[in-house]
Amino acid sequence: MTTVAEPRARRQPSTLTRSRGWFRNPWGKPRFLRVFTWTYILWSIVPVLIAVQFSFNATRSRTVWSSFSTRWYWGDPVDSVWHDPNLRHALVQSFKLAGADVLIAIPIGVLLALGLARWHSRGSGTSNFIMLFPLVTPEIVMGVSLLLVFTHIFTFVHTGTVAQILGHVTFSISFVVVIVRGRLFSIGRQYEEAAADLGASPFVALRSVLLPLLTPAIVASAAVVFAISADDFVISQWLSSGGPTDTVPIQIYAATRAAPLPSVNAIATIMMVSTLLIVTAGFLTWRFFTRGERQAGKAAEDFGGAFNLT
Amino acid sequence: MYRRWLWPGLALPGVLWLVLLFVVPFYAVLGVALGKVDPILFQPVPIWNPLEWNVGWLNEVLSRLAPGGIWFDVGVRTIVYVLVSLALCLLIGYPVAYYAARHAGRWKGVILILIILPLWISYMMRMLAWVNLLQADGYVNRFLMFTHVLSQPRDWLGGSASTVIFALVYGYIPYLILPLFASLDRIDRSHLEAARDLGASPWSAFRTVTLPLSKTGILGGAVLITLPMFGDYYTPNIVSGSPKTSMIGNQIDLYFHGGPQPTIGAALTIVLAAFLTILMLYYMWSIHRAQREVGAVGAL
Repeated sequence: MTTVAEPRARRQPSTLTRSRGWFRNPWGKPRFLRVFTWTYILWSIVPVLIAVQFSFNATRSRTVWSSFSTRWYWGDPVDSVWHDPNLRHALVQSFKLAGADVLIAIPIGVLLALGLARWHSRGSGTSNFIMLFPLVTPEIVMGVSLLLVFTHIFTFVHTGTVAQILGHVTFSISFVVVIVRGRLFSIGRQYEEAAADLGASPFVALRSVLLPLLTPAIVASAAVVFAISADDFVISQWLSSGGPTDTVPIQIYAATRAAPLPSVNAIATIMMVSTLLIVTAGFLTWRFFTRGERQAGKAAEDFGGAFNLT
Repeated sequence: MYRRWLWPGLALPGVLWLVLLFVVPFYAVLGVALGKVDPILFQPVPIWNPLEWNVGWLNEVLSRLAPGGIWFDVGVRTIVYVLVSLALCLLIGYPVAYYAARHAGRWKGVILILIILPLWISYMMRMLAWVNLLQADGYVNRFLMFTHVLSQPRDWLGGSASTVIFALVYGYIPYLILPLFASLDRIDRSHLEAARDLGASPWSAFRTVTLPLSKTGILGGAVLITLPMFGDYYTPNIVSGSPKTSMIGNQIDLYFHGGPQPTIGAALTIVLAAFLTILMLYYMWSIHRAQREVGAVGAL
């Protein structure tokens, strides 16, 4: 340890002394890392906040700020989110897909996770393997394959809302399975075994013991599925039939390549706030149900673990 | 008797769903890519019988990707963009994950939430944010002109490779930091203390203990962002739109959404998927090896 601070009086070093020491030795313990990390965090979040700011701009510019207005949300009679039929339909379509995705993917995914966790035979290994593939397949490959299957094999499904829902559920199931299986693993088998010892059949043990214990995972995966479905661009685009089946991400994509108005920022903001509210609600529910089970501060990590697939 | 069938029965709907809408669709891509094209309507005529498969289109795609072919540049560009972006993501992401896991102290929870936050913000929203900032009269140009780095506004969005790489890094880095954080957070501090007690300098303790033990996180995170980056087409389209920055994904997109030849698009998809499968197998093999090495360290 080098003596950077002179052994002056034993008092708190002034800000000036501290920053001088900091400049002299920016590589000393974690100072550099701390600045680096907070810079990264600002870099990752501030641009989005600026985009939100411009959704409230009073003029048509997305680059020069004039004054606050809700014009692009509902004030403008032609181009606001509320009055532009394209944007309004996109918002409805995004919520429709996300809602349907949650309703279908959660039951299927929860049952699949239970089945895979407790079923031990050769078939379960294969199924486990298949289950992991949607997580690592690039979306464009999935988009191409779903488009081709609906145009050449399952020709009774036309591109549009139904095809989009089928596609969203396909990539969502694996997320549900990963979250629910993690929870099953941390519960262990002792509660089920206790139920079995007390004479419960496997089905009763499942319904009255396991499912209540899985509630936090089910809530969390519902929030995750809603978020990934609402934010999905590729599958929605490949299976869209245009017009009212274009979702919010598709509208944003189309707009960035044309000459967009702040109404695009407005619709993106509405989508972002809804997603974040639902994810926060999911996170709080998860934390409420699992309180006392883990060390403090771990809940965020476990919940975020939905994206940690390694 | 139903006990035996309870668990497979529960899994059945999910397995059936994934077979019908994940496995069968792959077969559809194969059928189209290895099929024929109607000579008059230019519509693909899929062939479902593997014995009659026609590799003509696949060969056509491969020859276009070979050196001298019209897609050779696109292929090389895709690999360069992905590798440079991956390297930048690791350079930025590792210190962030390291700080969050080791030194954040009571701020750990907050930092973690802020790191996870971008994962819940739509990719398109984050790209839109940068498109706004990088406009000719956007904040970036105004700041650079104010600080006299630039004398006149630069056209960031007119087909510049650096903008595409920047956007890829910005878009994918959160997915890398999370697994990195998890693997760094899992490292037992006693290993480090042992290294320091045995006389290792902070740097050599990092090099010989922390880095090898975080290898699974590095590899896992790298795969998690590399595979989707190889299939990306929207990022170059949004921040550049120029053929000079077009990637493999853009060619696939073009043959389905712009061009009349889904057969070529399907064949290119097959090539891309095969390439990524090889990457994935390499990852699984190296993770297996890394875990054996970690096992050896843990046993010490």
